[in-house]
Amino acid sequence: MEEKEEYKTLNINSTLYKTRLSKKFENRKPFKPADPCLVRSFIPGTVVDVLVKEGSELKHGDVVIILDAMKMQNRLKTHVDGRVKRINVKSGDRVTKGAVLLEMERVAGPEAEDSEES
Amino acid sequence: MSLEKKILDLNEKRRKAMLGGGEQAIEKQKAMGKRTARERITDLLDKDSFTEYDMFVEHEARDFDMDKKVLPGDGVVIGTGTIYGAPVAVFAQDFTVAGGSLGLAHARKITKIMDHALRMRMPLIGINDSGGARIQEGVNSLYGYGEIFFRNTLASGVIPQISVILGPCAGGAVYSPALTDFVFVVENISKMFITGPEVIKTVLGEEISMEDLGGARVHSEVSGNAHFFAKTEEECFEQIRKLITYIPWDNTRKARMFEPAEPKPGFDVGKIVSDDPTMPYDVKDLIRAIADNSDFLEIQEMYARNIVIGFGRLGGRTTGFVANQPNEMAGVLDVDSSDKAARFIRYCDAFNIPIVTLVDVPGYLPGIDQEHAGVIRHGAKILYSYSEATVPKITVIIRKAYGGGYIAMASRHLRADFVFAWPTAEIAVMGPEGAANIIFRKEITSAENPEEMRKKKVQEYKEKFANPYVAASKGYVDAVIEPSETRKMLLHALDVTENKSIPRPHKKHGIPPF
Repeated sequence: MEEKEEYKTLNINSTLYKTRLSKKFENRKPFKPADPCLVRSFIPGTVVDVLVKEGSELKHGDVVIILDAMKMQNRLKTHVDGRVKRINVKSGDRVTKGAVLLEMERVAGPEAEDSEES
Repeated sequence: MSLEKKILDLNEKRRKAMLGGGEQAIEKQKAMGKRTARERITDLLDKDSFTEYDMFVEHEARDFDMDKKVLPGDGVVIGTGTIYGAPVAVFAQDFTVAGGSLGLAHARKITKIMDHALRMRMPLIGINDSGGARIQEGVNSLYGYGEIFFRNTLASGVIPQISVILGPCAGGAVYSPALTDFVFVVENISKMFITGPEVIKTVLGEEISMEDLGGARVHSEVSGNAHFFAKTEEECFEQIRKLITYIPWDNTRKARMFEPAEPKPGFDVGKIVSDDPTMPYDVKDLIRAIADNSDFLEIQEMYARNIVIGFGRLGGRTTGFVANQPNEMAGVLDVDSSDKAARFIRYCDAFNIPIVTLVDVPGYLPGIDQEHAGVIRHGAKILYSYSEATVPKITVIIRKAYGGGYIAMASRHLRADFVFAWPTAEIAVMGPEGAANIIFRKEITSAENPEEMRKKKVQEYKEKFANPYVAASKGYVDAVIEPSETRKMLLHALDVTENKSIPRPHKKHGIPPF
């Protein structure tokens, strides 16, 4: 009987089922589309060098940060044309995967296409 | 030297070798709650059945003063013995000798016993307890791992391979267990990872304990790398002994027959399942209500609980059970449950074990995370493995069997030999609610009272299609049966399929959606 209390409702194709939910399901994260203005670390590592300053005007594809990870010097690039709005790291910082290292703001003009990481 | 003296000399040599890394190292091992390699083998195998080989093997390493070091047996014990009379080949790494590190001679002992098992067609059990590669031996130890992985792959599907993780098993070393059929872990003793907490801390700056990173529970619940979880080494050995009774010695044989036994009276097959398809129940109760002696050896109990897999017996024959679990996530198929079931189906197929599938599935789990995690590819694994399997495939549809889930769960279309359905079965393209919403969308939205109209249409659909008879009228279901007839029909089906043989087009191997 005490088991009954664990049961929750799960909707599959409009039918509501009484059942337990897995941790994985309950902890799933809502999807957020990638923001091309943010330069993130695609791998955990150490920032070796920040090549730009806040306010720098950049073109899509310019290298902004060198990230040392897995014995490689990875060149992180901006995905948009625009201006550097904020730099969140300095050289020597250790960063986790997905951390926002640098934020861009678009300047007036047509939108640049997103491109692949480094 | 007289013969007598030579024998004394031999016994002294044996005594020294059996001591492994010496008394101090043994004490340390015990302090960690672990047994020595030879104790483990003795506990696992039938009494006095173990014969050890290569006791006097020594390494030939020279660099880093290794030539001055004596490592008895080079840190691993190999040999053969029996489990309930079944022959098994065993290796057990000896952590008391240089931390069970793997050098060339150590690896050669392991590959020797692997070759032996494969040639003599007997199950192989590897007890892993090792700090990893013996760094002083450099690339030679990498050669050793590679040779082991190659043999694991060669033996896969030919002889059963069992890995027991009773200590650290880190870095490349974990790939040997990963290539084997069943991985056994013990709480607080097993540690498996590719990169340990130290490296993760230096490289990533993230702190995590060994237990949280790669302990027994993590691999049983989260990663799915382990198949059996035990609280003590003793319990673990009992699990292995039990498993051995269910599986054949090699892929040319069938598992041993046992005396048939009726299920225990405590499990009433007719009283477990509600006829409302949205209500949960524990499908393991259903398996126990059907299986001989109500015995069921569950595999990966804590991982992807929405599907249940494991071994039982029907009329004395080992049977692989695959069942949706309405108690967990409504029994949906998803990335992890597809992966779990598909691998088990392939195991049964490789080792001549008939598969009984109990179906109660609402379909595949909708969601962005599922789509992005590759539910297309992973979900396809179930279809692939059922279609590919040539062992007897017997399916019982308990309640819902909707859409892709219906096809995937060993349907007639994937060549089930027998499909039975309970009167509560609903074999349809989707649940009545979803179907009515689509088919009668116009009627519902244009109705004066849409909610009432929706209910009416759902009811209409339910009456017409939410049953086993539409599928039965087309021969997709062979018989609609009372719940109480389930065991009888399964026994009948297993009798009929006993000598099943079907030709398949020649191929080197297929390309399953790994």
